[in-house]
Amino acid sequence: MTDTILDIRGLEKTYKSGVKALDGVDLTIRRGEIFALLGPNGAGKTTLIGSVCGMVRPTGGRIEVFGKDLAKHWKQVRRDIGLVPQELSFDMFDKVIRQVRFSRGMFGCEPDDARIEEVLRSLSLWDKRDAQIRALSGGMKRRVMIAKALAHDPQLLFLDEPTAGVDVELRRDMWRQIDALREKGTTIILTTHYIEEAEEMADRVGVISKGRILLVDEKDAIMAKLGRTEAHFTFDAPLPAIPASLGEYPLHLEQGGTCLVYRGGDGTGKGKREVAEIAQVMAREGIVFTGMETRESTLEDIFVDLLHEPEVTA
Amino acid sequence: MSFNPTFNARGAFAIFKNELMRMFRTAFGSIASPVITTSLYLVVFGAAIGSRMELPGDVSYGSFIVPGLLMLTLLSESTSNASFGIYMPKFTGAIYELLSAPVGVAETLIGFVGAAAVKSMILAAIIMGTAALIIDYQVVHPILAFGYILLVSATFSLLGFIIGLWADGFEKLQIVPLLILMPLTFLGGTFYSIEMLPEPWRSVTLVNPVVYLVNGLRWTFLGQSDFPIWVSFGATLLFLLVCVAIIGWIFKTGWRLRE
Ligand SMILES: Nc1ncnc2c1ncn2[C@@H]1O[C@H](COP(=O)(O)OP(=O)(O)OP(=O)(O)O)[C@@H](O)[C@H]1O
Ligand SMILES: [Mg+2]
Repeated sequence: MTDTILDIRGLEKTYKSGVKALDGVDLTIRRGEIFALLGPNGAGKTTLIGSVCGMVRPTGGRIEVFGKDLAKHWKQVRRDIGLVPQELSFDMFDKVIRQVRFSRGMFGCEPDDARIEEVLRSLSLWDKRDAQIRALSGGMKRRVMIAKALAHDPQLLFLDEPTAGVDVELRRDMWRQIDALREKGTTIILTTHYIEEAEEMADRVGVISKGRILLVDEKDAIMAKLGRTEAHFTFDAPLPAIPASLGEYPLHLEQGGTCLVYRGGDGTGKGKREVAEIAQVMAREGIVFTGMETRESTLEDIFVDLLHEPEVTA
Repeated sequence: MSFNPTFNARGAFAIFKNELMRMFRTAFGSIASPVITTSLYLVVFGAAIGSRMELPGDVSYGSFIVPGLLMLTLLSESTSNASFGIYMPKFTGAIYELLSAPVGVAETLIGFVGAAAVKSMILAAIIMGTAALIIDYQVVHPILAFGYILLVSATFSLLGFIIGLWADGFEKLQIVPLLILMPLTFLGGTFYSIEMLPEPWRSVTLVNPVVYLVNGLRWTFLGQSDFPIWVSFGATLLFLLVCVAIIGWIFKTGWRLRE
């Protein structure tokens, strides 16, 4: 229990419009981890973050941060929470450095120009410190949002789609930033549509859809549990049937026998091993294949599968 | 690393400073326009028309309208500055930061309302300075005048703050200052003494709250007015408390602030 930084129990939110955006969310975040919350548009990711950060008033459930009840100790607790919202929103006419200083002050920290400089430099914003925010490019504006959120050195940081609308290079750059924060011990919860991002960054992954958490696990465990290897062997002359010597493998024939398809494995490397064995057996038996292709399933495939599974109703 | 969760003084100051800077970003416009308006009023009403006005007592018309003009500016500037101050972050979405920060109703009010009130005080000083260049006038009770200007600035900044929270479009932001405050101020004895009005208009005027505001300020300047001073002070203070109570309720319920 000591390493739990955020504990959410039975969180519910029904908007005035009647939309049930959160439907009994339970979630525990560990200190120091990077947690990726994945989900399609409208799944409730932003609502979940808003409930912790104060933009949304939950209609049910309980939130504990740093072991304290948020409803009671919100002021104390928010001092150590940072948020980079999904939308770019600030006083566009202000200067970069003033906005970052302002954020630090609002969170009750003493002025510290050395720290501000450090934050701005780490985000390559130092040269732009005196620029008006509206004159910056979109990616730079997003960095300003991050700088504002980091200015008070939060222990728990929420990034709501930090890399939406950001080019590949900048995205990699941000991943490095996030890594650097992890090194410092910051706990990070990020939402994203890019599964690549979760795969690259996260220690654990949660999948949310229609206001419910469908799955939470170690990223590697998810890959192991749900990961699959798929291999295609192609032949010039169709095979009449699957060779008896390969009977124990999860194989089937496609395209009138010209393609032998393997689907199996468990993300631990078993799939690759079995594919190699199959290739050796066929070579030994003189079955000539003209092409071979293997692919490990990504988190993306798993995600898509999960969301298309018929709903498990209680 | 000392953080006092009861009152986040640094947070309140950060908001205050940010707001003042924002309001004076267009310093020229925000200072020049009240100076020009006041000068025009004083020249047209004070010098041209005023010479033909007969006032009760031996007060010159110029010194009679200075507190009225001051009240006119205080009401409109306090309301519009404070309402704009809180409406803008709601409009741009920047309000997320205020909501996620460890600041409560006290810090927010000191920040936003304090900045708007201070700006009004600065404008009041500028207007009084400008007026002194154009006409001869005196302030009989300077300390009370200062206190009353402060009270009015704070009260109407609070009202503006409420309007800014309530407004969900630029139009609504304009409605109250333009359609309610402005007419009430003009009809509230800014440019005339209600003793000059015939009945029934005189009695009708007495339900206009701005009458008491203008007369309160006029008393601190001239030492005489249509009503006893405590009526004005009391009514303004009561209005201030009503505004604070409304804002307290807004923060408690999250109305127009949190989803
Ligand atoms: N202020 C609001 N009023 C009413 N309904 C809302 C409000 N904000 C969000 N919703 C609804 O709640 C649901 C969840 O929205 P939310 O923004 O949390 O989703 P999300 O997972 O962040 O989506 P995205 O990936 O598009 O950002 C949606 O159906 C949305 O329409
Ligand atoms: Mg969202």
